[in-house]
Amino acid sequence: MVNLGRRRMRGERRRKLHLSKIYSFACGKQSLKEDHSQIGGRGYSRVVFCNEPESFEAGIRSYADNSVSSTKYNLATFLPKSLFEQFRRVANFFFLVTGILAFTKLAPYTAVSAILPLIIIIGATMIKEGIEDWRRKQQDIEVNSRRVKVHTGQGTFEYTEWKNLKVGHIVKIMKDEFFPADLLLLSSSYEDAFCYVETMNLDGETNLKLKQGLEVTSSLHEDFQFSDFQATIKCEDPNANLYSFVGSMEYKEQQYPLSPLQLLLRDSKLRNTDYIFGAVIFTGHDTKVIQNSTDAPSKRTKVEKKMDRVVYFMFCIVFLMAFVGSIFFGITTKDDLDNGLMKRWYLRPDDSTIFFDPKRAPAAAIFHFFTALMLYGFFIPISLYVSIEIVKVLQSIFINQDIHMYYEDADKPSYARTSNLNEELGQVDTILSDKTGTLTCNTMEFIKCSIAGVAYGRGVTEVERSLDSKNGSTLIDDTRDSPVRNVPIKGFNFTDERIMNGKWVNEPYANVIKNFFHLLAICHTALPEVDEDTGNVSYETESPDELAFVIAAREIGFKFYKRTQTSLSIYELNPVSGDKIERTYKLLNVLEFNSTRKRMSVIVKDEEGRILLLCKGADSVMFERLAKDGREFEEKTLEHVHEYSDAGLRTLILAYRELDENQYKEFDNNFSQAKNSVSEDRETLIEEVSEKIERNLILLGATAVEDKLQNGVPDCIDKLSQAGIKIWVLTGDKMETAINIGFACSLLRQGMKQIIIQLESPEIQALEKAGDKVAIVKACRENIRHQISEAAQQITASRGTSQQAFALIIDGKSLAYALEDNMKKMFLDLATRCASVICCRSSPKQKALVTRLVKSATGKTTLAIGDGANDVGMLQEADIGIGISGVEGMQAVMSSDIAIAQFCYLERLLLVHGHWCYRRISSMICYFFYKNITFGFTLFLYEVYASFSGQPAYNDWFLSVYNIFFSSLPVIALGVFDQDVSARYCLRFPMLYQEGVQNLLFSWRRIFSWMLNGFISAIIIFFFCTKAMEIQAFDEKGRTAGRDILGATMYTCVVWVVNLQMAVAINYFTLIQHIFIWGSVAIWYLFLLAYGAMSPTISGNAYKVFVETLAPSPSFWFVTLVVVISALIPYFSYSAIQMRFFPMYHEMVQWVRYEGKTNDPEFVAMVRQGSLRPTTVGSTARLAAKDNDLKDIMELLTGSSQAESDVAYIHLVMEWCTQPNHHLDVKACHLAKQAFDEAIAELDTLSEESYKEHFDHAAFERQPDTLDL
Amino acid sequence: MASSSAAGAGSTDPAAARRNTKRPKYSKFTQQELPACKPILTPRAVISAFLLVSIVFVPIGVASLIASRKVVEIVFRYESTCIPNNVTDKVAYIQSSADKTCNITLHVNKHMKSPIHVYYQLDNFYQNHRRYVKSRSDEQLRDRSEENSTSTCKPEDTANGKAIVPCGLIAWSLFNDTYSFSRVNQSLKVNKEGISWKSDREHKFGKDVFPRNFQSSAIKGGASLNESIPLSKQEDLIVWMRTAALPTFRKLYGRIEEDLNEGDSINVILKNNYNTYSFNGKKKLVLSTTSWLGGKNDFLGIAYLTVGGLCFFLALSFTIVYFVKPRQLGDPSYLSWNMNPGGH
Repeated sequence: MVNLGRRRMRGERRRKLHLSKIYSFACGKQSLKEDHSQIGGRGYSRVVFCNEPESFEAGIRSYADNSVSSTKYNLATFLPKSLFEQFRRVANFFFLVTGILAFTKLAPYTAVSAILPLIIIIGATMIKEGIEDWRRKQQDIEVNSRRVKVHTGQGTFEYTEWKNLKVGHIVKIMKDEFFPADLLLLSSSYEDAFCYVETMNLDGETNLKLKQGLEVTSSLHEDFQFSDFQATIKCEDPNANLYSFVGSMEYKEQQYPLSPLQLLLRDSKLRNTDYIFGAVIFTGHDTKVIQNSTDAPSKRTKVEKKMDRVVYFMFCIVFLMAFVGSIFFGITTKDDLDNGLMKRWYLRPDDSTIFFDPKRAPAAAIFHFFTALMLYGFFIPISLYVSIEIVKVLQSIFINQDIHMYYEDADKPSYARTSNLNEELGQVDTILSDKTGTLTCNTMEFIKCSIAGVAYGRGVTEVERSLDSKNGSTLIDDTRDSPVRNVPIKGFNFTDERIMNGKWVNEPYANVIKNFFHLLAICHTALPEVDEDTGNVSYETESPDELAFVIAAREIGFKFYKRTQTSLSIYELNPVSGDKIERTYKLLNVLEFNSTRKRMSVIVKDEEGRILLLCKGADSVMFERLAKDGREFEEKTLEHVHEYSDAGLRTLILAYRELDENQYKEFDNNFSQAKNSVSEDRETLIEEVSEKIERNLILLGATAVEDKLQNGVPDCIDKLSQAGIKIWVLTGDKMETAINIGFACSLLRQGMKQIIIQLESPEIQALEKAGDKVAIVKACRENIRHQISEAAQQITASRGTSQQAFALIIDGKSLAYALEDNMKKMFLDLATRCASVICCRSSPKQKALVTRLVKSATGKTTLAIGDGANDVGMLQEADIGIGISGVEGMQAVMSSDIAIAQFCYLERLLLVHGHWCYRRISSMICYFFYKNITFGFTLFLYEVYASFSGQPAYNDWFLSVYNIFFSSLPVIALGVFDQDVSARYCLRFPMLYQEGVQNLLFSWRRIFSWMLNGFISAIIIFFFCTKAMEIQAFDEKGRTAGRDILGATMYTCVVWVVNLQMAVAINYFTLIQHIFIWGSVAIWYLFLLAYGAMSPTISGNAYKVFVETLAPSPSFWFVTLVVVISALIPYFSYSAIQMRFFPMYHEMVQWVRYEGKTNDPEFVAMVRQGSLRPTTVGSTARLAAKDNDLKDIMELLTGSSQAESDVAYIHLVMEWCTQPNHHLDVKACHLAKQAFDEAIAELDTLSEESYKEHFDHAAFERQPDTLDL
Repeated sequence: MASSSAAGAGSTDPAAARRNTKRPKYSKFTQQELPACKPILTPRAVISAFLLVSIVFVPIGVASLIASRKVVEIVFRYESTCIPNNVTDKVAYIQSSADKTCNITLHVNKHMKSPIHVYYQLDNFYQNHRRYVKSRSDEQLRDRSEENSTSTCKPEDTANGKAIVPCGLIAWSLFNDTYSFSRVNQSLKVNKEGISWKSDREHKFGKDVFPRNFQSSAIKGGASLNESIPLSKQEDLIVWMRTAALPTFRKLYGRIEEDLNEGDSINVILKNNYNTYSFNGKKKLVLSTTSWLGGKNDFLGIAYLTVGGLCFFLALSFTIVYFVKPRQLGDPSYLSWNMNPGGH
């Protein structure tokens, strides 16, 4: 109750705000557009009767209701639709056809036994589909049954579920609620029907958007006023365009035009506004957001695509075998009747059906072909697809359950939204990453400032820290973690005893400092929210930068706490007396920020009556606006600004100006004129007026805000690049920021040659001024082509000479040309030769295009990771889209394949889960083909001895349950649980990941080897069994072995061999594996017992075959033993040799583990380092490069005189320092010098020998974080 | 490693205990850290596995070879011997109604302990042909009331409009050579009881099902059956109807339950009725004793010895190779991607 009361009070206060007075740009009157004439016509036919959804008129239009459905099926369509989906798979269709054929006389086995496995398999898949769809249904239900207040007549609003909303309903949305449908804004808690909307779910932008209702309805503030509200809205039909809306409202017999400004879109959120009233216009699937949603493209992994090819290959083998068999069958059948004489008279060839008729041998052969297809169909593992699906679902449960990928702070575990891309995670070649919100947290921290030419702020930026730790020196004192620091304040990471706690008054330019923070406290559009119990103030702002500023001002002692329509109030802490002084500024104008202006200003009148223009903006626009006498600190500030941006910080310049009354009056007149103009160029007019007043500013200083890197990003990038994964950064940010972040993440490093492609050359700019579009395009294209080819030459030239690494940085404008059809190959060629690629200022579409280019042109697996709606295209385009479930809404997550909470979890996701899943799936598929070839080929071999008549060697039911009972569970266990090496080792030896990237485990060679193994096993099983049981007595009683006994024995051998083969092949035996493998063998014997005990009608020739014939006979057991062991010997010997003499990388790691050499750093280092490619990115590479350079210095130094070494040193440093575009040149030079000094000092004290030892040791010691896991 | 994986990992934050958290529950299973045995093929493991196999296999091989060698077997091929020399068209001869009795003498070279199993062996006879295998009616064989269920038996389903019992090609082509043995004018009784599997006699061939209308169709196939004996007692038929797996097969004919001594001559009066001449099949008469492992076949013993020997050889060569050419383990320069570097 208390809360409610307070809210109401605040609402009352706020309602008095006429926000339209503050804002001058985005929200004035919309000019009438021509579109309005189309209302009522084609495409603009919607009529909404507000507040009477049940009326007759509304009834005939019967617009869709507000329930949404994302399900694929419903009760009626489930069966046909999902069956159709199933049988679209070639293998399943094949089995369907053979299943149907099994009901004809062609069948070599009974129809039921053929169709039953298919039913089980299809059933299982359909159940899975059903469950997935059911989950979607649940989600829909959850959304559909959210509650919203809707007008029920007589001015009462009652809660109802979203799905019950109808077009025409009046709804009341409270603060922080989502809009249930597309609404027409009628009024809000603010006087002039303003409201703030967060559209994160739509476009990913965190800025709050302003919407304003029509003036005529803005007075409807109370519930009861709606009891007799009536209006008719005519507008466009549902469409997907988020940013346009055309319509008109008839209210009190007058027409009012409507614009997007009045439209509140479904799934956006009401912010900073207590409530709004709105009329429902579009519901459910008619809403713009749902019209906009496209089905996520269905992605298939490379392994699966290859598997399909293997399946086709198997089909070829099957067809070939069937063909060969049919020919032989045809010949022998034809032979049976020789001039009317029967040869094999016992077959009665004279009186035969078409299937065996010698007189129609070709026909018989053709029919036999189908029979053979059915029989050899066992080559195709029927349960392959369903097993893989089951396995993948289980694998993704493991991903979801991984506690190492759970983000405590946000309470977010990782979430695999699609399970079918698991193994692709193990094959990623290129990562395309967003920057903001992905590499960085998208929280801004006020960290440094330069006031009056003095730099304040002792905070250490992530970039500095990263460099610092990698350099291994303690160049910068890290004060952040010092215990003095109390509870961290979000957005504020500023420590400087000189100005904190009121000490600023003692500084030489105290007045400037005061103005500086006044400006920060006043020049913004933030809304304060006072917690009345504690007196703490929090702010709601449009951008995180702004939030950081107000908070900084608050922390220094200039607390902004109240905003009224016309004034801003701050408390100023008087440092001397400790009193709080309240200051109120009269707010006269706000000149808003936009991307062309790159600055914002406010004009205020302070208590003394001075009129001040306070302005903050980017350095590029601010310095030119300074007054002659305002440039006192320009030089120093400029220097600081460069320093800050070198450290990866965002900077803004602060300046102010005092206006006299006349100046202001003149401006105010012009400004209101411009504001009230209705012409097209209204915005330009306003801009011009603002431009004129924002001049002659006096510089105060600059702020530096850190765009914080996420936890562990540099380490993660280091690991990923050690794994040989290329990382591209695609960001919308500007080049400087992108490069800074690149340095922070070790994507760029000193000594890396930066190739920067941009269109900033003077000629282009001159052309742009001239404005000839065709000429610009042509010149740009030529320019880019030239730049690319030059860069390529540079790389070619440097190849072989050194380990020079290149980085490519390209901006969006150039990218547009580079991505053109005739240039993209060149561009990609260049990009792939660079160690890291950064695309800045790129649009969402360009991100998607780059992704597509990399994916299609290199044919390698790409992974896109991002968090915002601007990354959606990229996520959907890439082979795998990873969404960061961070702050920027859910749009990216909803269109991603896997959602994780932090970028650094990518390391575990790829190196551990990806590697495992890839390994599991590929081993599983290989094994599947192995086991089915082993089984199927024994059938074929038997055919050879049964004159290809199509008689299977085994009992019908043995045939049909093979894939289901005796061989499926172990292979699923393999797919779910197998680990070549544990997670710890996966992370420790990132190079292991290359097995997936290079597809070593699912190469044709490996597939064919397994197939060959299958053929060998089958041959051994068949010939050993037949030779051993051939003709002689089978047991002591002298009875011989018939078809039943030989079949059962061979089958036993097959079951044993495939299961033991599994046991030999896997590396990881948990109890589950034991149960499944030995269980499968045990099930076979149990099955044999149970099946044999059934009446002979069912069991046929398997009746009592085990108890009566097999079990009592020693030869059965001895044959099994010898066959099983012999069939395993080839594989066992092969893998023993491979393991010892040609181990693959994972086997080496196994050796390392097995031999307990994990603590032998030298050995481990050899295994790890030996396979690193020379040029790569990441901190390890940076370190290595640095060591190399130091070694070069040392080589130059040792054995040369002092003078020579001086020359060498200067030469080297010069080389380093003269590299163009090197943002950290100063630091690099500094480091080089320091290293040099150290080395000299060491050389002085140590002999040469001991120096070398020392140096190696030192180099080694510097890696503890990478060595010690 | 001051990295990411530590971030979410070991945090024992009190917040973790908070309810409604989405924090995955920790268990060894969900974290894939189940205790597991991770065998790798170390030299020692490989060599001991091979040695173990050879140690087990060689004795088994020796034992089964001995068992096989102990079996005494007399094989007599007679399909050409029992045709008079003047016959040129063997098929016509065999199909004629002439007396096809044939006298042969078998010499016992080694003492044969009773029971001595008598087999006939056919060659190139496809009892496993699909048409043949399917051409029977299990219902009819088992159940008197199912006499007319002969649909699977074509073309030997009916004769003269009535169902044939037992129907089908298998029964129709029943082997009909007969053998009677005598030793120095003293006849040797051939016991034909118990030559079939018990389950067949008791469950597959009815005690109240009698042959009817058998071998009465236009073409006579093989043996006729005594219509007064139920199928469950017709053991020759039962044996015949358990079809052989391969085109060369032996079937038990009966047992001689007397020892045969070394040097004995056995006279066999053989009725050579069965037509194998159409398809060039061989016919053999086999007298054989058995061991615990069955009849005479060296294959199993040799297989065991070979595999055992091979394993021993492998164990030996692995040992030598491991000693002679120890390789520095974990040398990554052998990796495929180091041999042909790609990438950047």
